[in-house]
Amino acid sequence: MKPSAFEYFTPNTVEEAVGLLEKYEDEAKILAGGQSLVPIMNFRLGRPEVLIDINGIRDLDYIKEEGDDLLIGALTRQRDVELSPRVQEKCPILAEAVSFIGHVPIRNRGTIGGSLVHADPSSELTTVICCLDGEMKVVGPPGDRTLGPEEFFLTYLTTSLEPSEILVEVRIPTLPQNTGWSFVELSRRVSDFAIVGVATLLFMEDGGICKEARIALGGVAPTPIRAEEAEELLAGQKITDALIVKAGEEAAEIAEAEPDYHASAEYRKDMARVFVQRGLREALNKVRGGE
Amino acid sequence: MVGYRRIVVKVNGVQYEREVEPRRLLVDFLRDDLELIGTHVGCEHGICGACTVLFNGRTARSCLMFAVQADGAEVMTVESLAENGKLHPIQEAFREHHGLQCGFCTPGMLMTTYEFLNENPDPSEEEVRKAISGVLCRCTGYKQVIDSVMAAAAEMKGK
Repeated sequence: MKPSAFEYFTPNTVEEAVGLLEKYEDEAKILAGGQSLVPIMNFRLGRPEVLIDINGIRDLDYIKEEGDDLLIGALTRQRDVELSPRVQEKCPILAEAVSFIGHVPIRNRGTIGGSLVHADPSSELTTVICCLDGEMKVVGPPGDRTLGPEEFFLTYLTTSLEPSEILVEVRIPTLPQNTGWSFVELSRRVSDFAIVGVATLLFMEDGGICKEARIALGGVAPTPIRAEEAEELLAGQKITDALIVKAGEEAAEIAEAEPDYHASAEYRKDMARVFVQRGLREALNKVRGGE
Repeated sequence: MVGYRRIVVKVNGVQYEREVEPRRLLVDFLRDDLELIGTHVGCEHGICGACTVLFNGRTARSCLMFAVQADGAEVMTVESLAENGKLHPIQEAFREHHGLQCGFCTPGMLMTTYEFLNENPDPSEEEVRKAISGVLCRCTGYKQVIDSVMAAAAEMKGK
């Protein structure tokens, strides 16, 4: 099981990488952490003729703050996101979600940008970015553009990136005080692919009223999805357990789960209900604990 | 056709200069080109963990990297653990507590434990279970592996 032959380039700048993409387009693949790409190549499910290794573009590796946002370079290793005190303090749901990815050696290599452009709908990063309404900054020959989750994730393993575009940065809002959050998932073994992953945010205001709720589901549709009707049920309400039960039922309705050898469609859908309820309870407990 | 590339890589403190084809996996480079066969190659898609090495000080699956990516890097394999014929305390603990039977997963277990105990010298059993969950062992049932890691932690902390 060995990859087929390819031509190998090591650009040192984004411009060089974009130039190579412009030249080779669909024949080329970007190599970042390689934790999804290299298995695909080893199995020969993918045979790119050209690999553009961006690991030398060191200025794509950073975590910084700008106003109320975190800016994370696409080449930042998942393990660095997970362990960053800044991420843990300002956007703990992101650190938590990343801790579910693979195992430490995978997160040591895997990058935030690589996982997002791979666009596996059951991936933790796609789900949490969908919940946080993060923005993806991409660079191509005509220049930059910035895409929200709904524009970025098109379907299974497919984004709206053009063949000559590269993801360079992710902008993630920090969480205000008094925000409940959780990331929960169901998988067969520790760190395995998620059967269902759920990210929740509860933005609370004084008096224990939920101003806005966000619920994102991974693994139950061709892209990560927001459970908008369940979110509306919770917005402006004092959250009770009866409301959480109802929100879970409502959220499961939108699941367009496909069966596979891990789980039937019905099971996946039902687990979406259970994990939304579980996630909302955890988020609520966190914000109560903080009062 | 696709050309070879010259790489310079430091493995276990020794500098090597070799010509490699870009598609050469790091694990195959270590085993076949450098004849360091302590690192094992199992699943070749990042699941089993047998090929785990330290790449610039951090664990990595050497089946999910190309040798060309190691140009200028430092790699540590299981061969680096014992010094002058004396086993590393982690190896000693695995020997003492039967942390291996067939030995196939052992290089992965040892390198994973090496990084883990560096970061967390006083782990709980629960943390050990999680730390080694990325390496598959089909012999021991993990019980002895966990005992070995706990014993290694105690031994290394005592020093």
